[in-house]
Amino acid sequence: MAAGVAAWLPFARAAAIGWMPVANCPMPIAPRDHRKRHDELIILNVSGRRFQTWRTTLDRYPDTLLGSSEKQFFYDEETKEYFFDRDPDSFRSILNFYRTGKLHYPRYECISAYDEELTFFGIIPEIIGDCCYEEYKDRKRENAERLQDDQDDNKDCKLPNMTYRETMWRAFENPHTSTMALVFYYVTGFFIAISVLTNVIETVPCGATPSQKDMPCGERYTIAFFCMDTACVLIFTVEYLMRLFAAPSRYQFMRSVMSIIDVVAIFPYYIGLVMTDNEDVSGAFVTLRVFRVFRIFKFSRHSQGLRILGYTLKSCASELGFLLFSLTMAIIIFATVMFYAEKGSSSTKFTSIPASFWYTIVTMTTLGYGDMVPKTIAGKIFGSICSLSGVLVIALPVPVIVSNFSRIYHQNQRADKRRAQKVQKARLARIRIAQTGSSCTGFLQSKRNDLLNELLELTGSEEEEQQLNKGMSLLESQHHHLLHCLEKTTAHEFVDEQLYEQNCLETTIQSYTSRSPSFSSQDGPIGTCCTRRGKMNSPLPNSSLPLQPSHQQGSLQELSALHIQCGDKLPHTTSRSSLNMKTDDVGLINCKGSQITTAIISIPTAPSDTTDGGALHGPPQRRPPPPPTGPQAPSINTTASSNVIKVSAL
Amino acid sequence: VSITTIVVEDGELSTVCYRPEGLDQLLQQTKFTRRELQILYRGFKNECPSGVVDEETFKLIYSQFFPQGDSSTYAHFLFEAFDTHKNGMVSFEDFVTGLSIILRGSVTEKLNWAFNLYDLNKDGFITKEEMTDIMSSIYDMMGTCTYPCMQNDAPKEHVDNFFQKMDKNKDGVVTIEEFLESCQKDENIMQSMHLFDNVI
Repeated sequence: MAAGVAAWLPFARAAAIGWMPVANCPMPIAPRDHRKRHDELIILNVSGRRFQTWRTTLDRYPDTLLGSSEKQFFYDEETKEYFFDRDPDSFRSILNFYRTGKLHYPRYECISAYDEELTFFGIIPEIIGDCCYEEYKDRKRENAERLQDDQDDNKDCKLPNMTYRETMWRAFENPHTSTMALVFYYVTGFFIAISVLTNVIETVPCGATPSQKDMPCGERYTIAFFCMDTACVLIFTVEYLMRLFAAPSRYQFMRSVMSIIDVVAIFPYYIGLVMTDNEDVSGAFVTLRVFRVFRIFKFSRHSQGLRILGYTLKSCASELGFLLFSLTMAIIIFATVMFYAEKGSSSTKFTSIPASFWYTIVTMTTLGYGDMVPKTIAGKIFGSICSLSGVLVIALPVPVIVSNFSRIYHQNQRADKRRAQKVQKARLARIRIAQTGSSCTGFLQSKRNDLLNELLELTGSEEEEQQLNKGMSLLESQHHHLLHCLEKTTAHEFVDEQLYEQNCLETTIQSYTSRSPSFSSQDGPIGTCCTRRGKMNSPLPNSSLPLQPSHQQGSLQELSALHIQCGDKLPHTTSRSSLNMKTDDVGLINCKGSQITTAIISIPTAPSDTTDGGALHGPPQRRPPPPPTGPQAPSINTTASSNVIKVSAL
Repeated sequence: VSITTIVVEDGELSTVCYRPEGLDQLLQQTKFTRRELQILYRGFKNECPSGVVDEETFKLIYSQFFPQGDSSTYAHFLFEAFDTHKNGMVSFEDFVTGLSIILRGSVTEKLNWAFNLYDLNKDGFITKEEMTDIMSSIYDMMGTCTYPCMQNDAPKEHVDNFFQKMDKNKDGVVTIEEFLESCQKDENIMQSMHLFDNVI
């Protein structure tokens, strides 16, 4: 439990007195505190530096070394102190954890040394307080990466048992892994370069021959260029198909940007092959050749920088969009103004507003081609305003975008870090809940342990029972006692989610059984909590067998199923007296039971108590003899006892 | 109680430090031993270095014990019961006085304290509404995952039961005399009053 809980537990228990007058049932007995009540100072000698604290401070965390009996191993009889041969500086923060409940990570400590200390003293690092948690995680990640880098260098050897496909994929993604991959990498790079070069040279006019005018090389050496083009496309197609084959997720691969670029690079060639003869579409075919320039993007597989640039552009898309938008606004404004200003002058180039767009763009970007110039005075005035504002409009967003780049880049890095940490923290919150045991799972677990206790009592083995009881610290047992009192006060029990949902399901199914009204009418004078036990049986009389298997899952449920079976037999002999008898028994049992009893198991034992106790000598000895039963009792008992025998067989 | 307030530049109160009466005075006022008071104060001061508990902290502390349900309403009522000076803070004196009654008082005193807890407006009568409030807050602490499933009228049923038992003259309110009388007749209640005597 956290320090806060430990210190306030006595208060919470005292405050439970507020429930007592409203409770209708007797309360369970409080766990006894066997230890000495007064507090004593403990001396902890860590490599010569003596720390002193109260024993109860250390007892707050019973699942650590200092809080448990493990520290007895370090006890020095002569000096009456606990000696630890560890680093005293780190011990300071560990001891502060006990005192304040918060674990801090000192910045000057080495992370692995600190981790070792924590492991030695049995403290899980996840409970580091929020103030130091980020720092701790950062350092830990850094450290892990450093170790990882060292390891990666040794990881070049081929992992055994990889399929051929996996090997190929790995070769494609990391060309450094094998020589074949490296060769492939360079060959494709070379062919991409060749392809781009031929595209470019195709259009250069080669030397003039006497027969014809200057024509581009592409038309002069058609065959050569065609062969070159074919070779390149062949290589690219083969590469694409091989990547497609090797990809672990083909659909994913086909959607990736690189594969789209690959497809766009080789498609025009095939389309061209298909429709060479048709004159009409050859125009379109020529346009398609423009797509061949996309082959240059294939270089991005070979260049890390290109990839980063593409990524940053993508991440700055909104800023660029805004820049574009503001520019468009300015362009439209100035183009309109210029058009109307120049409207008057004759033979003006500003024929329409869209025509003025060109002038505005050229002026604002300070290009100033000079193909369109204003002639009127108003036009010149507005033109100068346009060029001045152009400087501002262009110059201002650029640093913003640049700083955005760096901000977004760092933000992305931090966001990834934070996301990873958040996932961690959610998981750790779960660990915390599970670990501290102050949640009801601890309580429910102890209830199951108590049921097991009951079973063990039935079978008469004392030792195991004591072992189970020792598992809980005093604080935990006191807390569980408190929760138990609350259960008694409200006449409801804590259950875990699974069981709760099952029960809800069943109660809705059973809500229209004919028996339940008759039972509830009997419940009135007995009192709510005892009524509950009657009610627990009431849905069952008409319960069909299929319901019972649903209870077979946990031990808790199995036991409840068994007791339900007992209850099942009762209605055969249903009468007010027998029901009253049973609940009186239960009341008595609860008053004088020496353990924290739970409702469920007391019912099967109640009928069993009324037997001759043949198979079950255990319980009658510890519980008071039950009152004499009615005449119907024997019929219940024989069937009940057979069920209870089943219980002990568990 | 000696109060030290530290005022920051712009006039805001930063920390308020409460210091309780001396140990001897508290010894006279409560029924705890010196040792017990020392342990209590150490725990209290550790959790609340400023020397007082406010309602939010109170609710937070109490909620740690009942993770499945919502204990804030009951914690609020408890806070009101402990805060005898009605200043929104529970100092160590209030705390220890209350605990002294609960843990070391006579049965009558304990029952008186419980009555005071239930009587929300402290007028000397417990009405059905007050009782329903208290009962709902107790049932809230159980949460939803209970067996049997928590019905909405469970507290109301319980309250009716309570009034049936306690309200002798059937006038719709429970006075302190009726309360004491009914509780002293009920064996269970009398026994459970001593349940937490050795908590400290």
